[in-house]
Amino acid sequence: MIEINNIHKSFGDNHVLKNISFKFEKGKTNLIIGESGSGKTTLLRILIGLHKIDKGEVLYDGRDFNQLNSKEKRKLRQEIGVLFQKGALYDFMNVEENIMFPLTMFTNQSYEEKIERVNNCLERVNLQNNNTLKISELSGGMIKRVSIARAIVLKPKYLLCDEPNSGLDPKTAIIIDNLIKEISVEDDITTIVNTHDMNSVMEIGDSIAYINNGQISWTGNKEELLQSNNEQLNNFVFASKLFKRLKNI
Amino acid sequence: MLNKTFSFPEKKSVFFKQFNLELEKIGLNSLGIVTIISFFIGAVVSIQTAFNFESPIYPKYLIGYATRESLILEFCPTMLALILAGKVGSNIASEIGSMRVTEQIDALEIMGVNSASFLILPKIFATVLFFPILIILSITIGLIGGWVGCQTAGITTASFLYGIKYEFNAFYVTYCLIKITVFAFIISSVSSYFGYYTNGGALDVGRSSTKAVVYSSIIVLIFNFLLTDLLLA
Repeated sequence: MIEINNIHKSFGDNHVLKNISFKFEKGKTNLIIGESGSGKTTLLRILIGLHKIDKGEVLYDGRDFNQLNSKEKRKLRQEIGVLFQKGALYDFMNVEENIMFPLTMFTNQSYEEKIERVNNCLERVNLQNNNTLKISELSGGMIKRVSIARAIVLKPKYLLCDEPNSGLDPKTAIIIDNLIKEISVEDDITTIVNTHDMNSVMEIGDSIAYINNGQISWTGNKEELLQSNNEQLNNFVFASKLFKRLKNI
Repeated sequence: MLNKTFSFPEKKSVFFKQFNLELEKIGLNSLGIVTIISFFIGAVVSIQTAFNFESPIYPKYLIGYATRESLILEFCPTMLALILAGKVGSNIASEIGSMRVTEQIDALEIMGVNSASFLILPKIFATVLFFPILIILSITIGLIGGWVGCQTAGITTASFLYGIKYEFNAFYVTYCLIKITVFAFIISSVSSYFGYYTNGGALDVGRSSTKAVVYSSIIVLIFNFLLTDLLLA
């Protein structure tokens, strides 16, 4: 479980996050939703240690990230898998090398053991026998799937995804969503997905936190979201005519 | 950044793999341009020297001597450093800058990898190790170019060869190698710095690349002056 308590973050006079608290539960897909500029990417970057917080605490199963020394932070980071918005795959490596990289850096496994794990991960994301492809040869959906494979190769306890569906067609987006959900449940991982894609919310939203103006203004699950009377949330979620119609049915 | 860069590599095998890659990218891929430039510089220096030493009171072997001294003392280390600042410096800055804007460096950091050490250290080692080799090659090719230039200016091979051996001071080669080693460090570290701290998108990668070349070149020229004053004055 990941717990954030009274997180505050500002950039100069711009207070991006204001005393945010939330619990991201294990084995569930926890979604952070909100409009562009609402602070959800900042929150995710705080969770993965790319931004320092002004005050508050980030607890990974009770371990306060900001109180850990650099060695402990390094160890904790190996328990975190991150899926970046654009994949962030190393373009000087091929698919296999990208996925194998964390194993090479942090384990003493033999090449045979590493290749077996890489192939398992590729199979998991339905990309078996694509080991030697270059990153420039991959489609958007394939990049996301290779990124997921790299994120899970060290068997992480936490999986953090930044807009996993951006730039994907609806069919591929659903495949990626379901893959994330499946991995979270089967591996019992604490998963956090940062998104503003309403299809994702309806598809995999076990636990949802809506951020508005740097504060969490609503929490619940996908069923509760449909019944919510929170005006700001409804304006955001049901912004399109189609979703408005669906809510009224 | 330098403190982070010069920390001990996390995995030696990964470091050596990266180092070999950089040797190929930075060193071996520069062989062509170094050969071409050095040959023509050598040829032009010898022709110009011959043109200026037309008077019969100057012995002809002075053309070989002047060509050797010009190449070793200034043309090969400094001019090539400036050219390599353009080729290698922009390559390093744009490569690291692109990795920064596409979140590849963030991905390394999140994994717990020291990104500065992983990306920059092999580049610095490769340039510092390979640039002196390039310069030795450059001097050799430059002298061959000088010999070709002498043929067109009507100087005999015997005179030219006598000239390039005349009053040879081995310390000048040491001075040349010291200079290029310092220049190699400047080019790789300054370019890496601009690449590593790139912020924004593709346009900013271009800007970082330009800054890397401009700043590397200026610092190389300043250090050229300082080292010459320190070692030869």
